[in-house]
Amino acid sequence: MTLPDWKTVGGAAVLFGLAALLPYSGSGYYLGLGITIAMFAVLATSWALFSGPTHYISLATAAFFGVGTYVTGLGFEALPYWTLPLIAGVAGAVLAGLVGLATLRLSGVYFVIFTLGLAELVRQIITWSQNRSGQKGLYVLTDMTEAGIYWQLLGLAAAVFLAGWLIARSRLGFALRIIGDDETVAAHSGINTALAKVLLFMVSGGVAAMVGAILAPRFVYIEPSLAFAPILSFQVVIMALLGGTGRLWGPLVGVIPFTFLLEAIASNFPNQTTLALGVAFLVIVYLLPRGFVGLIEDAKARMRRTEGAL
Amino acid sequence: MDILITGLLLGGTYALIAIGLNLQYGVARIMNLANGEMLVIGGFSAFWAHTNIGLSPLLTVFILAPVAFGLNWLIYRVMMVPLVKRAKTRGQLEVDSILATFGLSFVLVGLMLAVFGGDYFNYSYLAVPIRIVGDTYALNRVMAFVMAVIICGLIYLWLNRTRAGMSIRAIATAPDAARLVGIDVRRLSALTFALGGAVTAVGGAYISTFLTLDASTGVVFTLKALIIVIMGGVGDVRGTIVAALLLGVLESFVAALIDPGLTLAAAYAMFITILLFRPQGLFGRKPT
Repeated sequence: MTLPDWKTVGGAAVLFGLAALLPYSGSGYYLGLGITIAMFAVLATSWALFSGPTHYISLATAAFFGVGTYVTGLGFEALPYWTLPLIAGVAGAVLAGLVGLATLRLSGVYFVIFTLGLAELVRQIITWSQNRSGQKGLYVLTDMTEAGIYWQLLGLAAAVFLAGWLIARSRLGFALRIIGDDETVAAHSGINTALAKVLLFMVSGGVAAMVGAILAPRFVYIEPSLAFAPILSFQVVIMALLGGTGRLWGPLVGVIPFTFLLEAIASNFPNQTTLALGVAFLVIVYLLPRGFVGLIEDAKARMRRTEGAL
Repeated sequence: MDILITGLLLGGTYALIAIGLNLQYGVARIMNLANGEMLVIGGFSAFWAHTNIGLSPLLTVFILAPVAFGLNWLIYRVMMVPLVKRAKTRGQLEVDSILATFGLSFVLVGLMLAVFGGDYFNYSYLAVPIRIVGDTYALNRVMAFVMAVIICGLIYLWLNRTRAGMSIRAIATAPDAARLVGIDVRRLSALTFALGGAVTAVGGAYISTFLTLDASTGVVFTLKALIIVIMGGVGDVRGTIVAALLLGVLESFVAALIDPGLTLAAAYAMFITILLFRPQGLFGRKPT
């Protein structure tokens, strides 16, 4: 690694260290907000790991998240707690792998359609098996504290950023960027496009499931319609796009303001959240197609041009 | 036997929605994820007209169709044309239109929640039994099926027997070449998009006579319509009808024999089979 690399890693480590101090602020409200931000930061960043370079839009985050919460819900009594996020990660990755194998060999539209209904599909299957066994919801009663959840999410976020940074510098990341630019060219230069896409989608799905597993104790009571709320997929996509998917840190730039916006909408217009989200989404698609990252980079380019003119 | 007929009746209505979507996707190249919301709007209109002014859904559609046509035309002109202009490739347009219509679907759901609230709505119309080959069925389902047959037939004839229909099929096959032979691609795309939306809204009005809907059920119908379109082949009316009937029958069997809550799983099973074995659609040719 070169000196700038060490600077990037060091800077990120300092930021994570500062973020880890949040529970000591003593305010439950800020900690709750911190958990929401950390959750969306992990989900949006891992979403962008796959969808950013490939331009394949995944609407399945809620499905993986729900699978993760159910892993914790079903397993927390029988297994040691620390294994649950790992099992959830594997379960999410396997599910993503199956979906990827069925759809990612074909054009992107099939993938979008398939992921659109995936959460609903898994929800139907779980509801059905619960009806057969006569059981309704699950109580998740652990001694996990809010601060513990927050630190776990923060650790996961660090892992995702590290993984994303390493992937971007690896052959896999390079292959994905070529696929995103022109899939035919990628296939002709000897890249196994389907494999590359499926692998990265598995990373993304596994991480989303881990987030679900970590957050499950916070729900206390889980049932299918809570764990698989489709709006989650939508929020993740919108936040990642608001930040911009061209850079690893892009989604994070979208997550922080959007979490505050959600908070404001939820407290002022509790009945119009769907409408407000939809409007925000349209604004982003039409006015900010490259997100905040695009704005920042345009501004930088303009500054460089004015400097050059002097 | 009665399961089969129930399935065919349901499939006929699915055909109507899926043809609406297929017109939008096959010709205008807009993968409309807000299609199901258009359906729910159609259902809401029929419900409102029936409970408030006592208008029969059969008559409501004559007002609903032109209104939905206009609304969808506006959506295309205002929302889609900028995307069509901005997109450098078809893939780019696909991504942008998916995102835009996805946002639109949330806006529509939000508006419906604001206007009607989140309750389920249903009403009783033509809920009288009718006997077909020894079993009884609800007349409203039969009526919806008959109307679906009529509308699908008209669209099929229009696409295959008229000059406008031929131009539209030309756009669906080769948009660039269609332009070279003097077809106004943009105008016809807008018209087809609007027509597709109108057909879907009418389908929604018929569906509301026998299914209970609420503001957020649209996405399930969008998904089923998308699966039917892919199975039947993009831009293929005949394939869409066959696929819709198949899905209707399969769902009825799953609902009757396993569990009514698993209908989406049935649709997915069908979807996966198609993806694995015939991704080009039932009657499609392999791409070269």
